[in-house]
Amino acid sequence: MENLNIFIRSIFVDNMIFAYFLGMCSFLAVSKNVKTAFGLGVAVTFMLVITLPANYLLETYVLKAGALAWLGPEYADVDLSFLSLIMFIAVIASMTQLVEMAVEKFNPALYSSLGIFLPLIAVNCAILGGSLFMQQRDFPSVWTAVCAGGGWGIGWLLAIVAIAAIRERIATYSNIPAPLRGTGITFIITALMGIAFMSFLGIKI
Amino acid sequence: MADKISNKSVLFNPLSKNNPVVVQVLGICSVLAVTAKLEPAIVMGISVIAVLAFSNVIISLIRNTIPTNIRIIVQLVVVAGLVVIVDQLLKAYAYDVSKQLSVFIGLIITNCILMGRLEAFAMANRPWASFLDGVGNGLGYTIILVIVGFFRELLGSGTLLGYQVVPQSFYEAGYVNNGLMILPPMALIVVACIIWVQRARNKDLQEP
Repeated sequence: MENLNIFIRSIFVDNMIFAYFLGMCSFLAVSKNVKTAFGLGVAVTFMLVITLPANYLLETYVLKAGALAWLGPEYADVDLSFLSLIMFIAVIASMTQLVEMAVEKFNPALYSSLGIFLPLIAVNCAILGGSLFMQQRDFPSVWTAVCAGGGWGIGWLLAIVAIAAIRERIATYSNIPAPLRGTGITFIITALMGIAFMSFLGIKI
Repeated sequence: MADKISNKSVLFNPLSKNNPVVVQVLGICSVLAVTAKLEPAIVMGISVIAVLAFSNVIISLIRNTIPTNIRIIVQLVVVAGLVVIVDQLLKAYAYDVSKQLSVFIGLIITNCILMGRLEAFAMANRPWASFLDGVGNGLGYTIILVIVGFFRELLGSGTLLGYQVVPQSFYEAGYVNNGLMILPPMALIVVACIIWVQRARNKDLQEP
């Protein structure tokens, strides 16, 4: 029940884009048409679901203060938490590489449609951000990490597909002042959607 | 002499003509998230300048020995190492600000400005030019942070750097702080306004 609550909250209330503005770079760059936006969204969701539990296990059994106690009592007061940034990004980068190789081997069609975006996911702030929030909030179990990762990913997917759909229409039907075209108007739309998403604040299941 | 002019343009171009935030649209995440107050915005700006300048220099020094296939990982490791140093320094000397910035110091690693500059400039240029490029781009980023932070703190809380700026008599006459400015979506609108002003002045930056 608690995990379901976290899952739903991660999609709507703690939405990566509208509440924290993480992953904005690719959000702005790749949201020109719905199809590629959806592909990137799925890839990000997948990476979040994989890397969050991996980093959770790493954090609990290796990095946290006293986490090495399972090796023996003399390791009980080792605190490696200052290494967490480097370890997290290393996990994320290597996972991206693995996923890229797996997709290339087993599903070449998907690989060629995602091609350029897959390696870029390593530097998507939403992925590292998810791991850092996980560290900050002290999740109780690895399932919570899976649920939060899935929720954040789906929230990100929703946001990028919605904005891509709006931008497709805007490009054909509306007459925007020249200086605002492209980037400027996308910022304003995102802001308005962010305000709309605030109405989800306080939802609890 | 020619060298000098190019160094100067390397340093100053990113301030307006080629600004990393409003022209190249990189590193937006942190611009939006840390600018509710001016002070964290300035600290964030300084951290980014430091990390960007030094990672540019380091990558530029070892650029000929990095194998092309794994350059992204090498760049990430260099940047991550520098960010860890900045993070620990802030925790030691500016604990309150580092609490406010929470995860966003860590997220400097995935700030697109860093990757962009390392790929586009440091991999192909000499260390001193790379250093100037890093400082220039960091400054361009900081300027936007400071402008956004200035307006959001002034209109949202009536203070600047924590000092009361809007006089008490205004409040007695019925002036109310605009609470909306504190909320994150308003940062997007402020950045959109900056983009609007800048592109209205530089016609060649406008998108078709």
